[in-house]
Amino acid sequence: METNKPKKAAVPRTPMPCQPPEERRHNFKEVALGYTREMAMTEAGRCMQCKKPLCVSGCPVEVPIRDFIREIQTGNLDAAYRIIKTTNSLPAVCGRVCPQERQCESKCILGKKGEAVAIGRLERFVADSYIASTACEQVTGTNACAMPAGGRKVACIGSGPSSLTCAGVCATAGIKVDVFEALHEPGGVLIYGIPAFRLPKGVVATEVNGLRQTGVDFHLNHVGGRTVDVAELAREYDAVFIGVGAGLPIFLGVPGENLVGVLSANEYLTRVNLGRAYDFPNYDTPAAPGKRVTVFGAGNVAMDAARTALRMGADEVHVVYRRTRAEMPARVEEVEHAEEEGVQFDILSAPLHFNGDENMRLKSVTLQKMQLGEPDASGRRRPLPIPGSEYEMATDLAIVALGTRSNPILLQATPELKLNKRGYIEINEETGETSMPGVFAGGDIVTGSATVILAMGAGRRAGQTMVKRILG
Amino acid sequence: MPTPILSKESLIPGKTSKLVLEAPQIAGKARPGHFVILRMNEKGERIPLTIADTDPEKGTITIVYLVMGKSTAVLESLNAGDAILDVCGPLGRATHIEKRGTVVCVGGGTGIAAMHHIAKGHSRIGNRVVGIIGARSKDLLLFEKELKSFVDELLISTDDGSYGHKGLVTELLKDRLEKDREVFEVVAVGPVPMMSAVAETTRPFGVKTTVSLNPVMVDGIGMCGACRVTVGGETRFACVDGPEFDGHQVDFAELRRRLGAFREQETQSLELWRCSCHGNK
Repeated sequence: METNKPKKAAVPRTPMPCQPPEERRHNFKEVALGYTREMAMTEAGRCMQCKKPLCVSGCPVEVPIRDFIREIQTGNLDAAYRIIKTTNSLPAVCGRVCPQERQCESKCILGKKGEAVAIGRLERFVADSYIASTACEQVTGTNACAMPAGGRKVACIGSGPSSLTCAGVCATAGIKVDVFEALHEPGGVLIYGIPAFRLPKGVVATEVNGLRQTGVDFHLNHVGGRTVDVAELAREYDAVFIGVGAGLPIFLGVPGENLVGVLSANEYLTRVNLGRAYDFPNYDTPAAPGKRVTVFGAGNVAMDAARTALRMGADEVHVVYRRTRAEMPARVEEVEHAEEEGVQFDILSAPLHFNGDENMRLKSVTLQKMQLGEPDASGRRRPLPIPGSEYEMATDLAIVALGTRSNPILLQATPELKLNKRGYIEINEETGETSMPGVFAGGDIVTGSATVILAMGAGRRAGQTMVKRILG
Repeated sequence: MPTPILSKESLIPGKTSKLVLEAPQIAGKARPGHFVILRMNEKGERIPLTIADTDPEKGTITIVYLVMGKSTAVLESLNAGDAILDVCGPLGRATHIEKRGTVVCVGGGTGIAAMHHIAKGHSRIGNRVVGIIGARSKDLLLFEKELKSFVDELLISTDDGSYGHKGLVTELLKDRLEKDREVFEVVAVGPVPMMSAVAETTRPFGVKTTVSLNPVMVDGIGMCGACRVTVGGETRFACVDGPEFDGHQVDFAELRRRLGAFREQETQSLELWRCSCHGNK
């Protein structure tokens, strides 16, 4: 009842221990250190165990949040982990990278008058605490892996969050899964995109190994549409899932963008994360060096690029954004962390052109001040240029983080796939099935660039349909 | 699974070798113009190399490289029986090949090997193929024998005149275009200055000119745009839109600058490797 003021609401949210900003801006170690058992128990104690938990409706994969928190309250972490795993294959990842303030935690009843329960931190704590020799035991509830029954098998193309989730759903149902990944390491954006200071690589490896133990095989260096063909896979397998993401970076389209020193965030982050350029020359991949770095965009990828540049030794890092702080699409915690570490925000500012020296190396960017006008179709106030407000900012490394669009490789090689107007794969919303019978799709290749957890939700939905279809 | 090296043939001692790799899945799908991305070992970087030949029946692909920096130096240190950790492909768009008459295929340096695969495709479909290959001197010429086995004519030039025509491939090309009006396309693969010069040579003749570009690449699957080039005033990604483009539309000056973007780090990496190698031996 609304009128009964809940006593528990007065207890403040348990803070997350973090590496101090001065220290962490020079290393790639994880910033948020995670709860101790005591902290987790205290935080779990704040949960009111609502009869109709609204938090669950805010979670794209509908983790039974109330139920797993109840198990933390009684100290039964194995049970908590099993409950999370019933709908979420990658809890250690989601607890770290989901924008909880816009999902589960935005629906928490305690948030109405005070602070929401720290659901993401608790999910992460449970996943991190879980150390067991056999992942399949925890996942399937038996001490034997549900091994392929009757030779049924599915193929997943891509190994990002949507595919990993789909693979997990199918494997736990006893279906053999082959995952085909174009890069040399599985994980998709979890590996090449999100930096280690936000998501340690070991966390991803643990989740991937958990899948291996349930009988999932990973075939690396296999490009969907090139090395493997969708129609061929559809003939060989009982079902196919396409989760290749939307990797093609969008550039600004302003003059000077091909100067040496202007990079997409995908290139910069791939070099540093996948290529381990932070450890060059011990590893062979070099990163683009920059002392005065400018990042364009204000999503999570922009924050990751800016904070990476600091750690790679930049003296100054600016995030240039044409709207204001309130419109920034990045996770609130990441914007705060970036600011604490010394990233500077140049809001209401947009690039006009890049300027190079005689060797075509970037030396500055010309910017223009903006003001907010009337709301546009997206409901956000439209940024409008202020005439005569142009100014020049010295920069030797510009990183463009404006988002991505659909990658044409698989789509061009598979003309049978029906696409929507925006060039993404069209699916049946209920089942996740594409215009090719038995071929499913989900994640960014269907929706355009979105979040890890939304991609996982799509992978789960498609996986459930595939299992039902195959096993009856 | 690492990709085994079945055989190695040294073409220019210490600089260029031909490797035959056991890669049945790539061999079955690869067409002329395609390339692969390789990573030699756990700490290696990803580098692109054109597929110089395939044998789908045996399940093999052939690659040829020039030792330019650390990754190719590491590759050169491998032998038959060794394996390459990651080989990803086939990548890029295949060469557009249709039966139309006479095509001139120009190759320079290591590019001769890549050109060879394209020329072979044209020959197989029934085009008359004129090969023009060039190098600084006779001992740096590649693939003469392989090309002779199928081309209708092979013209050779060396800068120092130690073999064939003394001078540049573009001189042979110009001469041919003046005499032979049947040529419907010129294909050029080689160093940037050579491809640029070929495009300038053919421009007055109005002959379609296709070049295979070699920008810096990271993933090779369109994810990053490291390989972007300006073609006809527009930005294109060489790994998914190319690597072949209309030579008359390519901004070669920009390509050359962008190829030098990491020169300092490349030098550092190679020197460090050479030192540690000598130290160990």
